[in-house]
Amino acid sequence: MATRAETSLLGHFTAAADAARRDAAARFARHGLPTVRDEAWKYTSLRALAEVDFTPAEAGTAPMPDLPVLRDLPDMPRLVFINGFYRADLSAPPAWAKPSTAPDLTQVAGEPFAALNTMFTQDGARLAVPAGMDAGTLLLLTLTIGDGAGGKAGAIVLASPRHRITLGAGAALSVLEITAGSGSYLHNAVLEVALGAGATLRHRRLQDEAERAFAVATLYADLAERATYDALIFTVGAALSRTEAHVALTGAGATLSLDAAQALAGRQHGDITTMLSHDAPQCRSRQTIRNVLDGAARGVFQGRIDVARAAQKTDGYQMNHALLLSPLAEIDSKPELRINADDVKCSHGATVGELDADQIFYLRSRGITEAEARSMLIHGFLAEPLGVIEDGPMRDVFDRALLRSLRTGAA
Amino acid sequence: MLEIRDLHATITTADGQTREILRGIDLSVPDGEIHAVMGPNGAGKSTLAHVLSGRDGYEVTAGSAMLDEQDLLAMAPEERAAAGVFLAFQYPVELPGVGNAHFLRTALNAQRRARGEAELDAVQFLKLARAEIKRLAMRDDMLKRQVNVGFSGGEKKRNEVLQMGLLRPRVAVLDETDSGLDIDALRIVAEGVNALRAPRFSALVITHYQRLLDYIVPDRVHVLAAGRIVRSGGPELARLLEAEGYAAIEQAA
Ligand SMILES: Nc1ncnc2c1ncn2[C@@H]1O[C@H](COP(=O)(O)OP(=O)(O)O)[C@@H](O)[C@H]1O
Ligand SMILES: [Mg+2]
Repeated sequence: MATRAETSLLGHFTAAADAARRDAAARFARHGLPTVRDEAWKYTSLRALAEVDFTPAEAGTAPMPDLPVLRDLPDMPRLVFINGFYRADLSAPPAWAKPSTAPDLTQVAGEPFAALNTMFTQDGARLAVPAGMDAGTLLLLTLTIGDGAGGKAGAIVLASPRHRITLGAGAALSVLEITAGSGSYLHNAVLEVALGAGATLRHRRLQDEAERAFAVATLYADLAERATYDALIFTVGAALSRTEAHVALTGAGATLSLDAAQALAGRQHGDITTMLSHDAPQCRSRQTIRNVLDGAARGVFQGRIDVARAAQKTDGYQMNHALLLSPLAEIDSKPELRINADDVKCSHGATVGELDADQIFYLRSRGITEAEARSMLIHGFLAEPLGVIEDGPMRDVFDRALLRSLRTGAA
Repeated sequence: MLEIRDLHATITTADGQTREILRGIDLSVPDGEIHAVMGPNGAGKSTLAHVLSGRDGYEVTAGSAMLDEQDLLAMAPEERAAAGVFLAFQYPVELPGVGNAHFLRTALNAQRRARGEAELDAVQFLKLARAEIKRLAMRDDMLKRQVNVGFSGGEKKRNEVLQMGLLRPRVAVLDETDSGLDIDALRIVAEGVNALRAPRFSALVITHYQRLLDYIVPDRVHVLAAGRIVRSGGPELARLLEAEGYAAIEQAA
C-alpha cells in the first residue's frame, strides 16, 4: 500500500510530461520509496518521511536566506539555486558556464530518488568546460527554503535540482558546493559528472542543510582514461541525509579519491553510500570516511567496489573510521568487494573508537579546558579530510560549519 | 612553596582490588629550589606526579598538596596548570591531527586567559616558540608536526621541555625526563631546566639515575620507596644510591 508520501508525490506528477519523466514516474509508482527491506537501504529507514505530504517547489524570488554558512563566503564566481531553480539575480557565473537550461534527462538511472528527481526536476547547473581549459574555482550554492511548519500541518517542499558537470579532455575545474536551507523540506539532488581523458575535477561538498531537513544527493560520475576525480563530501546538517555516489572508472588509468566526513549529533542520521565500478585496467580508487557521532546520532557507510574482469591492476582502498562521543551514538559499516579480475589490489577496513582519556588529560594538564580538549581531538580526527582543502576562505567555510555542528552537538 | 603532607592515594585495579600506592608522602619544595625524587621501579613516583597534576583514576584517601595557599587537590587539572603546575610526562601522549604550534599556543593562551593576562597572537607566539626551539637545539619543523606523532623518544622528551619553557610554570614535575636520552640530549634538557631556575620557580625532578643530577644539581634528594619518602639528603645522597643501590637505603631506613 502506498504511503501518504508516495500518494502525494504521484498526485503532483503531470501525466502530460515527456517520456523520460513518465518512465520515471512509472518506476516510482511500482517501487515507491525504499524501505529497510531493500538491501541498499538496510541501515537507513525512511519511516520519518512516509507520512509526510510533499509539494514540488516552484520558482520564486525569495531573497538570499540569512544562513550562517553563507556568511563570509569566498569571493569567486558563483551559481545560486534556490528551491531547485537558478537565480540569475544572485549569481555571478563565469563566462564559460551556461547555468540555466532545461535539464538533460537522457541519462536516467534506476535509483528511486533519482527517479523522483527525474519526475520533478526543472533546473540545475549545466557546466561544460571545454577541452584543455583550466576553469578555476566555482561556488555552487543549492539552497532550499522550506516550510516553517512542516510535518502533518502542511505539505513540505520538495526541491529537485539536477546538476551536470562535464569536463572535456585535459580540462580542470574546482567546485565548492554548499547545500543549505531553512525549515523542513526534502532536497533531492542529482549530480552527474563526466570527465574526459586526463581531465581533473576537484569537488568539495559541504552538506549543511537545516536541522529538520531531509537531504538525498545521488551522484553519478564517469571517468575516462587518466581522468582524476578528487571529491570530499562533508556532512554536518539535515535530520536525515543520504549521499549516494555511483562512480564508474571506465577509462584506463583513471584516479578517484572519494573522501567523506560526517559530524552528527542529536538524532541526526547520515548515510554515505558509494558504489564504485572499476571497469578499466590500472585505475586507482581511494576512499577514507570519517564519522564523528555525538548524542544518539547514527552514521552509515556502505561501500561497494565492483572490479570487472578487464580491470587488471586495479588498486582500491576503502577505510571507515568512527569516533563515538556518546554511548547512544551508532555506526554501521558495510564494505562489499566484488572482484572479477585476478591481478588486483583491493583492501577495506573499519575502526571504531572513543576519545582517549590519556589524550584529554595530556591537554588538560597543559591548562586546556576539557571542552576545548575534546574539540581539539575531534578536529584532529578530522584533520586529514580538512587538510585536503587548501588553507584560505574555502577551508574557513568548512571549519566554521564543523565548529557549529560540534557546538550544537555538545548538549 | 609546594607542600605535600601525609599524602595517601589508592588505585582500583582491573580485578576490583583497591591498592594503596602512596602511603603517606611528606615533601616540601621551597621556592627557588630543585629537588630530586629517586626510587626503584614501582615505588610510586609516577603516581605522585599524576596525583599532583590531577589525573583521573587515583583516589586521594588522606593528606594534602598545597601550592602556596592553593589546595591543588581541589582543583581541576587545567586549573592546576594555570596555577603553575607543570608535569613533564614519563610517556608523552601522541595527538594525531593536532599541530604542535596550535597545541602550544592554545595551552599558553588558555593559561594566560585563566590568569587574566592578554593572549598572544600568532606572531608573538611564533617569536617566543622559535627562540625556545633554538635554545633546546630542536629541529625547526618541530612546530609544524603533529604533537608527538612520529617523534623519537628523545624528541618527545624535548617537546616536554619545550612546553615547560613556554609555559613557565611555578612548579615543574619532571617524570623520568632523562630516560631514553643520549648524553647530548640530556645536557640540553638539563640546561633547559637550569635556565628556568628563579626565585619563583621550583622543580621536582623524578629520576631513576644519578646521571641527570650531574647536570641538574638538586638542592635536596628524596628517596621514594613503596609509597613513602624513606630518606632525604643533599646531592651526595644521589651518589650514595648510585654506589650502593636502593636495597641498602631501604634497609637502612
Ligand atoms: N593504573 C594502574 N593500575 C594498576 N596498577 C597501577 C596503576 N598505576 C600504577 N600502578 C601500580 O602502582 C605502583 C606504582 O607505580 P608508578 O607510580 O608508576 O611507579 P614508578 O613511577 O615509581 O615506577 C606500581 O606497582 C604499579 O604497578
Ligand atoms: Mg614512573
